[in-house]
Amino acid sequence: MKFGVVVFPGSNCDRDCIHATETVLGQPTRLIWHQETSLGDVECVALPGGFSYGDYLRTGAIARFSPVMGAIQRFAAEGGLVIGICNGFQILCESHLLPGALLQNAGLRFRCRAVHTRVEDAATPFTRACREGEVLEMPIAHHGGRYHADAETLAQLEANGQVVLRYCDANGMVSPDANPNGSARSIAGIRNRAGNVFGLMPHPERASESALGSVDGRRIFESLVSGAVKAV
Amino acid sequence: MPKVKVYVKLKPKVLDAQGQQVRNALHTLGYENLDGVRMGRYIELDIAPSDRDLQDEVREMCDKLLANPVMEDYTFEVAE
Repeated sequence: MKFGVVVFPGSNCDRDCIHATETVLGQPTRLIWHQETSLGDVECVALPGGFSYGDYLRTGAIARFSPVMGAIQRFAAEGGLVIGICNGFQILCESHLLPGALLQNAGLRFRCRAVHTRVEDAATPFTRACREGEVLEMPIAHHGGRYHADAETLAQLEANGQVVLRYCDANGMVSPDANPNGSARSIAGIRNRAGNVFGLMPHPERASESALGSVDGRRIFESLVSGAVKAV
Repeated sequence: MPKVKVYVKLKPKVLDAQGQQVRNALHTLGYENLDGVRMGRYIELDIAPSDRDLQDEVREMCDKLLANPVMEDYTFEVAE
């Protein structure tokens, strides 16, 4: 699968993403500069973590108007696979490619640690290498990860099965204690209605090799390449 | 040149984590009668007159970029 990783001014997890898809999974990957207006023959676009445009105004608010976002909007509308990690998730929400918004953590602390998330939907292109109910351990590193949407939108997300990952404890139990940022319904990752756009606050690319302490995040990328690709 | 003052704040139902912390700090300072604190963003715009309606233009700026309607409300006033 041909991956593209978008680089905004202030992105800082772009190289980590490329390492995961290119070096760990052996998939062709290219950097896509935020000024580009075409994605070329890319089959999956990743919006990486970081602080695009310094997080000025609101996280993701300014990146949304980058030239490349027009191309990503068209790509997503045609069914192209888009994954937004951390700041990438914030940008997808600001772009209305995903519903809701991400606010400052309820405790106002920058949370930087490993968390557990439960796979609520293992039928998506992003989780099909996982089992439903499986617990993935991945790091988070964010100040603005509190998922928010109005009651009606939350009900729709649940009804349509769009909640893909929920914060939980090591045993898969969801509770306020296992929710690191006060996210509504302990939401850690959601997909769009069509299922081709996925955003999550944890960093799968930082959990893709045993040297990093967890390989659980690799399952997300393996899912994207149909779970058929072996690490090189 | 008209100066426009834009006020953006979180919707009433959205937890304002910053406001809560500031309220706690003010309580620590002894202001026990203080009930709540909500924080927001204040933006000044200098806009040269054009053939567009100023109110419409500012509303458009707010809807497109300055506020996120998912979580924020805004008001603005025009001062010459």
